[in-house]
Amino acid sequence: MEIVMAFVCGFLFMAAIYLILSRSLLRIIIGTGLLSHGAHLLILTMGSFKGSAPPVLSDGVTDYVDPLPQALILTAIVISFGVTAFFLVLAYRAYHELRTDDMTLMKGSEENE
Amino acid sequence: MNNFLLLPIIIPFFFAMILMFGQKKIAYQRITTLLGLVISIICAAGLVLNVYENGPQIVTFGNWPVPFGITMVSDMVAALLVLTTLVLTFFIVWYGFGSIGKEREQFFYYPGVMFIITGVNGAFTTGDIFNLFVFFEVLLMASYLLIVLGGEKAQLRESIKYILVNVISSALFVITVAYLYSVVGTLNMADISLRIAEINQPGILTVIAVLFLLVFGMKAAIFPIYFWLPSAYSAPPIPVLALFGALLTKVGVYAISRTYTLFFTHDLSFTHELLLILAVITIVAGCIGALAHFDVKQIIIYNIVIAVGVILFGVAQMNEVALEGAMFYLIHDMIIKAALFMLIGIVIYVTGTTNLRKMGGLIQTYPALCWFFLIAAFGLVGVPPLSGFIGKLLIIQGGFEAGNTWSSLLVLASSIIVLLSVMRIFIYAFWGEKGQLSENVQKSKYNRMFIPTVLLVILSIFYGIGTEWLTPFMGDAAKILIDPSIYTDAVMKGGE
Repeated sequence: MEIVMAFVCGFLFMAAIYLILSRSLLRIIIGTGLLSHGAHLLILTMGSFKGSAPPVLSDGVTDYVDPLPQALILTAIVISFGVTAFFLVLAYRAYHELRTDDMTLMKGSEENE
Repeated sequence: MNNFLLLPIIIPFFFAMILMFGQKKIAYQRITTLLGLVISIICAAGLVLNVYENGPQIVTFGNWPVPFGITMVSDMVAALLVLTTLVLTFFIVWYGFGSIGKEREQFFYYPGVMFIITGVNGAFTTGDIFNLFVFFEVLLMASYLLIVLGGEKAQLRESIKYILVNVISSALFVITVAYLYSVVGTLNMADISLRIAEINQPGILTVIAVLFLLVFGMKAAIFPIYFWLPSAYSAPPIPVLALFGALLTKVGVYAISRTYTLFFTHDLSFTHELLLILAVITIVAGCIGALAHFDVKQIIIYNIVIAVGVILFGVAQMNEVALEGAMFYLIHDMIIKAALFMLIGIVIYVTGTTNLRKMGGLIQTYPALCWFFLIAAFGLVGVPPLSGFIGKLLIIQGGFEAGNTWSSLLVLASSIIVLLSVMRIFIYAFWGEKGQLSENVQKSKYNRMFIPTVLLVILSIFYGIGTEWLTPFMGDAAKILIDPSIYTDAVMKGGE
C-alpha cells in the first residue's frame, strides 16, 4: 500500500510542478491545488496504514487506526481551500487590472516596467 | 495551567472580529484598534513579568495529558517577542492614521492588522509543531490581504508571486511535519525534543532538519530563497511594509531558532554548520543588495536580509553568549526596522519620490527628521550605546568562543557596509543641493506621521541604554534556548 501511495504522491507532485512552471496563471493555481493534495496524501501515508477499526477505545481494543493524520489533513485541506479561493479571486482581479494572465509579462519592478 | 498566556492571542482576534462591523466608520475603527492593542500590551507585559518570576507558562487545551493535547507554551523567548510585536504594532497603527489613506482604512485594513498579530503571537506561543503551521497560515492569510489591499497594479503583480512562494513553502511545511511525525510519532514540540534525544538524531532527522531550514528560511528570507522579498515588500504602502519588515521575517527566524535549539541539537557539525554558512552568505547577499540600489525602500529592505543573517549567525554558534546576543539583536532589529521604515516613509512623503538621486538638502527644511534618522541609522549599525550594539557584541563574542574567527570578523565587517548603505540615504537625501520636494505636504499629516516615529526611535534609544535592566530577561531566554530540558521539563510537568 505504501508503494502505491508513494507513486500517487510522486505523480501528483510531478504534475503540480509541471503546472506551476507554466506561464498561465490559471494553470499555476491548479498546480498549487495538486501540490497540496499530494502533501495531504503524504501525511496519510506517513501515519502508516496499521489498524483497521475506527479509534474508539475501550478495554481490549488493540487494532485501531491512528486518528491524528486525519485530523491534520482535515486542517490542512481547509487551509488550502481558503488559500486557493483567495488566489483565484486575486487572479481574476489581476487579470482585470493588468490585462494579462501571462506570468512572463508580470516580471520586473517599478523601474524596468 | 494558566489561561492568562492566551490573552495576547485572543484579544487581537476578538478585536479583529468586532472591527469587521462598522467598516465605514473610521473613528470607530481607529479607536477600537488602539484600545485592543493597549489591552493586549498590558496583558503581554504582565505575561513577561509572570514568566520571569514563575518560569515558562503552559496551557494544554481541554485538560488533556501533555503529549496528546494541543499545548501553548509561553517561555521567556516567546513572551518577549509577543510583547515586542504588540508594542510595534501599536506604533505602526498610530503611524498609519496619517499615511494609510481613507480607502484602505474603510476596507478592512485594521482587521487585517489585528489578524496578522493574532497569527504572529500564536506562532511565537505555540508548543505544537502542527499548530505552528496553522498560525503561520493565519498570519500569511492576513498578510495576503494586506499586501494586495488597495489593488494597485504593482501590488497585484507582486502579491501573486508572494502568494505562490508562500503556498509552495506551506506545502513543504506540511510535508516536513508529516515526515517528522512518521519518525518520532508525536507533534508536541517538547515531546519531539525528548524523543529525538532518545534516538540520538539518526540521518533521517538531519534531512528533516534541513527541510525545516528550507521551509522557515523561505519565510525568513535566508540566502538562496530570499529572492521574493525585495520586490514583494516594495509593493504595499509604508505602514504595511513596516509591519511586514518588522514582524514577518522574524517569525521565520524564531521558528528556525526554536527548531534548531530544541530538536536538532545532536548533529551540530552538520546542521549548525550549514546554518552558519547560509547565514554568512545571507549577510553578503544582503550587503550587495543594499549597496546596489538607489531606491530608499530597497536599501532598507535588503537590510532586513542582512539582519536575518546576523541573528541566524548567532543561533548557529549554539553557546549561551551568542544566543543571548541573538535574542538582543532579534528584538533590536524588530524595533529599529519598524522605526527606519517609518522614517523613510516620511522622507518619501515629503519628497514624493523613492529615488535617492532626486532627493537632497532635506536637512534645511526638516532638521528634526534628519537627526532622528541619524540616530536610527546609528542604532541599526550598532554604535554604542544605541540598541544594536550589545546584541552584535554578544553574537561576535559567541562566534569567537565557538572558534569561528573568520566568519565572526566577516559579520563585524558587514556592520561597515550597513553603515555605508544607510549613510548613503543620509548623504543623498539630507545633505547637498536641494532636491525634489513634494508640493502638497500638509503640516498636520506630517506631524501625525512624525510623532509615533519619534517615540519609537526614543524607545530604541532606551532599549540600548537600558541593556543593564534587560539582561536578566534576555539571559533567561538564552538559558531556555541553550538548554532544552528547561523547556521540556516545564511542558511535561505542566500537563499533570
